[in-house]
Amino acid sequence: MAKHKKLEDYREQIEQCVKCGACQAHCPVFGEHKRESIVARGKVALAHALLNDEVKLDERLVEDMSKCLMCASCFDKCPNLVPTDEIVAAARREIADQQGLSTFGKALTTVIKNPRLMNTLAKSGKAFSALLFKKVPEQSGLRLRFPLPFVSRERSIPEIAAKPFRERHPEVIPGEAGKPTVAFFTGCMINYMYPEIGDALLKILKFMGVTVLIPGDQGCCGLPAISAGDSATVEELSKRNLAALTRRTPDVILTACATCNEGIGRHFKHLEGEYAAMAEKVMDMNVFLVRHGLDKLLAELPRKAVFQRVTYHDPCHLRTQGITKEPRALLRALPGVRFVDMEGADRCCGLGGTFSVYHYDTSKLIGARKVPGIEQSGADLVATACPGCMMQLQDTINHAGLKPRVIHLLELIAHDLPA
Amino acid sequence: MDQRIIRILQEIVGKDQVTTERADLICYSYDATQQQYLPEVVVFPADAKQISLILKMANAEKIPVFPRGAGSGFTGGSLPTRGGIVLVTSRMDRILRIDSENLVAEVEPGVVTEQFQQAVEKVGLFYPPDPASLKFSTLGGNVAECAGGPRCVKYGVTKDYILGLEVVTPQGDIIRTGGETMKGVVGYDLTKLMCGSEGTLGIITKIIIKLLPLPEARKTMLVLFDSIDGAARAVSAIIGGKIIPATLEFMDATTIDCVRKATGLQLPEAAQAVLIIEVDGEREMLERQAQKILDIVQPLGVVETRVAATPAESEDIWKVRRLVSPSLRKVNPDKFNEDICVPRSKVPEMIRAVEAIAKKHAIPIVNFGHAGDGNIHVNVMIDKKVPGQQEKADQAIEEIFAAALKLGGTMSGEHGVGITKAPYIPMELDPAAVAYMKTIKKALDPNNILNPGKVLLD
Repeated sequence: MAKHKKLEDYREQIEQCVKCGACQAHCPVFGEHKRESIVARGKVALAHALLNDEVKLDERLVEDMSKCLMCASCFDKCPNLVPTDEIVAAARREIADQQGLSTFGKALTTVIKNPRLMNTLAKSGKAFSALLFKKVPEQSGLRLRFPLPFVSRERSIPEIAAKPFRERHPEVIPGEAGKPTVAFFTGCMINYMYPEIGDALLKILKFMGVTVLIPGDQGCCGLPAISAGDSATVEELSKRNLAALTRRTPDVILTACATCNEGIGRHFKHLEGEYAAMAEKVMDMNVFLVRHGLDKLLAELPRKAVFQRVTYHDPCHLRTQGITKEPRALLRALPGVRFVDMEGADRCCGLGGTFSVYHYDTSKLIGARKVPGIEQSGADLVATACPGCMMQLQDTINHAGLKPRVIHLLELIAHDLPA
Repeated sequence: MDQRIIRILQEIVGKDQVTTERADLICYSYDATQQQYLPEVVVFPADAKQISLILKMANAEKIPVFPRGAGSGFTGGSLPTRGGIVLVTSRMDRILRIDSENLVAEVEPGVVTEQFQQAVEKVGLFYPPDPASLKFSTLGGNVAECAGGPRCVKYGVTKDYILGLEVVTPQGDIIRTGGETMKGVVGYDLTKLMCGSEGTLGIITKIIIKLLPLPEARKTMLVLFDSIDGAARAVSAIIGGKIIPATLEFMDATTIDCVRKATGLQLPEAAQAVLIIEVDGEREMLERQAQKILDIVQPLGVVETRVAATPAESEDIWKVRRLVSPSLRKVNPDKFNEDICVPRSKVPEMIRAVEAIAKKHAIPIVNFGHAGDGNIHVNVMIDKKVPGQQEKADQAIEEIFAAALKLGGTMSGEHGVGITKAPYIPMELDPAAVAYMKTIKKALDPNNILNPGKVLLD
């Protein structure tokens, strides 16, 4: 069963925190607000106090627990490897269990666990973006269903695709004999907002001759629900994804979104039995492409006389898994790209999924820290490997009035591949 | 705490900058000592004037005030052991100026050490003190505790870079000590008195820092020895050979074993001690210096040497050292990190004494640290859940201090006294010296409101 651990199950790990304070150097939210209740050490102390009935799950504590991007940067650098992101997720589940989901959480999970609703919303284009990213017009029926002005109007968001990615392609795209079979886990953002990223991946995979499965009934990776503490939705999505992704026993389950990789990868590893087994197959596309020698192949292509100066932003969910060399190897190998590393490439963009909905102002401040690095790199394009980061980076760039455009690394590869 | 006091504090610093919420009291109740004392109120002042008003009020009401930076101390210097007010300097985090002509900078106390280093290095200047906590500890805390780090062998400790301070006295006066000049001998040296006073004599609100030109390059070497004596003799021989490396870090056999077991890092079995040596300065000098060092240490039982050719290789060498702390918890879950310091030449004797103490109490003790200045991090590793272990550790720690003092050393090279070492003060300082210090504290803080109960037991 896709059962979740309780906060109590983390007691031992919580007690492993030696309060050294090293996490202060790595928490993007603490960097902006510098209050101890924001940083991992404080949250772990509060989680401990909660377990020992020294504090109550009151409004204040709910607010404290909401101030985490779940980027896991603290866990990554913690000398004792205290998994604060998981502890925060468990605390949020306690909150949801005791107090119910927030209105936004309810609206979000209603959408993400219901592909039909998501499709309908996506097809009505603007309504979907209104739901997630803009104030819903007063006359809209949606306002009755999801009564919240969710996100500031000033936010830049991508257009909704006219036709979702999974509806554009068949479920099975046969490749060459002897080549691996990969299931492509598209995730919501690629399916509904950035189908061109999926198209790019398909072009590359076809070029490599692998067989591609695109199960139509796959769902959201579940990370937004994990963040919201909504274990019922996570369980439902986990079941659906397990069924969809293992029906045809692929060799690899490929993600092109760092967040999805975390959602169906690292998260599933904490579940039991077949979930953990499935998670073992989940692989980020950067790792897959480099493992199959695409970087070497690209490096052999003739260099282009006109190139684009490209820099790279490390999505937290890849960086904390140590996936930093592969995307750079691919970028360096591209014939039409002059790659230049930016200062602070490993700094969080500030999105943190629902964090940016609850705390947009802080999210913007964190994002703005990327600006000097992007400017100094002199890049024409900022490449990354997470559609969520793309949206946030483009928003940051627009606010700062910079020129570079944000692009998914796969689009650059697809562009430079021979036809 | 009395609502009237809370209201006064709110008037001084603003409503949002005072908290009595239980969640906040918990969050400001600890530091790296893992001891916990709940304050009654936490305040976040913005400047010296606000701090002055807070201290005046605290004096009138006889409320203890505990200054706090990043809360990363190892000896409990910022813990609110008597309730009262925790005064957090995190909002005072501006680098006010960097003066490249006079090689000075002025900062507020809440500036994070590494952020300051990066800012001055951008303009070709250098602030050498580099405590292990530099990524998160604040300069105010560094000054208050007189922090050290690996580079002290060549560059000295924090107090050697502090030209002047703005301080709020325990009674609420705002004074300036020292100044901006390299020379200055007017009056008592209050700057030096404040450095390392652990927040008991005043609250630092501005720091004037002396800077150096940034060394052009550095070169890192890893040398493995077949005995701790060889490594220690190497340290003396290098310095005797008229070379002062920027760092001379060592790890003993137990430490090497820990790193090996926890990380699978390839370090030969014969290695009983490791030195990480880094020289810095003009690029063309470094190659010669490195070679000279290798020639000097070669006859002293060298098992293997690795010299970094690139910054990446240098990083790989430092990684060996950085892996030490995370790997220790494989030995035992609870660590007591004591930072004794002995004269350089006595390091092997000290290590042997520690080994004997470890054997006597049958608890693992891991030693590593700054061989160049004799500052050894003696890590007593226990499992507190096992009955009797804490008592054994306490006994071992007292014996370690005694051994260090017998060798002409001190029980703290860089962590300070705080509360954890206060009970041992009579072992190191004679009664007249303690009385002298107490007279100073009493004269400056007659109501004993500023960080009471720290350093000297009162």
